[in-house]
Amino acid sequence: MLKRKDYDVIVLGGGPAGLAAAIAASESGASVGLVEREDRLGGILKQCVHDGFGLVRFGERLSGPEYALRYIDLAKRRSMEIHLETFVHAAREERVPPEGRRIVLECVSGAEGVYEAAAQALVLATGCRERTDRQVFINGDRPAGIFMAGLAQRLVNIEGLLPGRRAVILGSGDIGLIMARRLTLEGMDVEGIYEIKPEPSGLSRNIRQCVEDFGIPLHLSTTITEVHGSRRVESVTAAEVDARCSVRVGSERLVDCDTLVLSVGLIPENEIARSLGLSLDPATRGPRVDQVGRSEIEGVYVCGNALHVNDLVDYVSESGEAAGAAAAAFARGGRERDGAGAGLGGLPLEAGPGFLYAVPQTIDLSRRGKAVVYFRSDSTIKDGARVTIKAGGATLIDRHYAALRPPEMERLELDVASIPADADSVLLVLERKEPSRA
Amino acid sequence: MPETLRILCIVCPRGCALEVDVGGAPGNQVLAVRGNACRRGEEYGRREAIDPRRSLTSTVRAAGLSRRRLSVRSSSDLPLGRLVDAARALDPVVVTGPVKLGEVVVRDILGLRVDIVATDDIGA
Repeated sequence: MLKRKDYDVIVLGGGPAGLAAAIAASESGASVGLVEREDRLGGILKQCVHDGFGLVRFGERLSGPEYALRYIDLAKRRSMEIHLETFVHAAREERVPPEGRRIVLECVSGAEGVYEAAAQALVLATGCRERTDRQVFINGDRPAGIFMAGLAQRLVNIEGLLPGRRAVILGSGDIGLIMARRLTLEGMDVEGIYEIKPEPSGLSRNIRQCVEDFGIPLHLSTTITEVHGSRRVESVTAAEVDARCSVRVGSERLVDCDTLVLSVGLIPENEIARSLGLSLDPATRGPRVDQVGRSEIEGVYVCGNALHVNDLVDYVSESGEAAGAAAAAFARGGRERDGAGAGLGGLPLEAGPGFLYAVPQTIDLSRRGKAVVYFRSDSTIKDGARVTIKAGGATLIDRHYAALRPPEMERLELDVASIPADADSVLLVLERKEPSRA
Repeated sequence: MPETLRILCIVCPRGCALEVDVGGAPGNQVLAVRGNACRRGEEYGRREAIDPRRSLTSTVRAAGLSRRRLSVRSSSDLPLGRLVDAARALDPVVVTGPVKLGEVVVRDILGLRVDIVATDDIGA
């Protein structure tokens, strides 16, 4: 018989989402187990030594470790059990006769061996992963010297190792831009950043302070088509692309470098969610949830970057808090236990044309108060846009934006009580403003 | 003749497009800032047009402690033109004992009247 630990709520992942969820669940009176596979709490914030975190939440420009420490200090003051260096390899639902059920996690740690952790409610705060060189199309060799941007960041900021001497960066996502600056400051020569799209993927402020400040060339509508080198990267082929991302023949050129850094996107990590049988929204690549992060399975909640890749950690913490508090309420047999039931209840939140996605996927009308809706546009709109939220013939929110860009997530607060009782869905509508004619 | 500089505000992720009028005598003076959504944006526009500054965030080596690197930052912003020099000046710095968040790791870096402080705890 395996050793078993029992909790009201287990939070899987000790990054910003999991920390916020565990603190909120504990504050709501639940017994909490927080499970983290690394030897320290903080998640990816540990290696994000740059600043700019917490502007929304704290009105301060914190570095990643500083932001994490605020939550770690709060977590340590609560009576939760923190399991570090603990890996969860599967999760399952377990029936408890006559009508009860629990979520059981299969855990392994160096300190405690193989054991099970069981809870009434599970919060998945498993974050996201980087897309790898196997998930983007690049011809040629795979010698040493190809790093995902987050891996390069870990090597430099945690391990104290410089990945090489002369780097080419593929992709203009924020981590790639941050690493362009970081590698430059650590003495590497960053030859350039190559972005296949006609506009940068990262935040404008990072283009300014990480790229332009250091005179690093940013090549738009340009990609890396081939890697050359036998043992170590020796060069890459860069080529311009047309509007359909096809390579312009004759534009290829060889770029000498010993390091290729990939910043080509993040994907929510949901292996445990899948082992429980949760389906994923193809637009977000995270599980489908209501406004507090409740998934299709009763008692299972999802928050942070596991749900969708956020632009700011402040919103990751916000969603963690909502999920942790709801999980605790459920575990302690509150109102929710009766109301929610099986499946994902509530009205579907449907994002119309022009949106990349919207989260949550449903609004549960039995949860009073505000529902936070996050969305991204699917293309850059420079001339102004209007976003409305409509339900049952009523317009609930009407917001004007000077500009919308896919890298920048937008956030709206919807008063659940304002949704008409006869509504059968909630619609998110995007209208572009006609460019004014001078 | 006043000149209008277009400056992207980097104080927060909102990224306001600032217009900063510069001119007058003697030397350059900021006459007006437009396009900012908050007071910090105006301050940023005024400074950026005349004396651009940035925070420095980096890491220093840790020896004989629980980790190999300690993350650090400048206690206030440094002149943009000295950022790389300041980062280089951190290369030989080693911390050998436990450090708490906010403790000074390097005092008055490069004589710029800015300290380098720890942004994390590190223990033995």
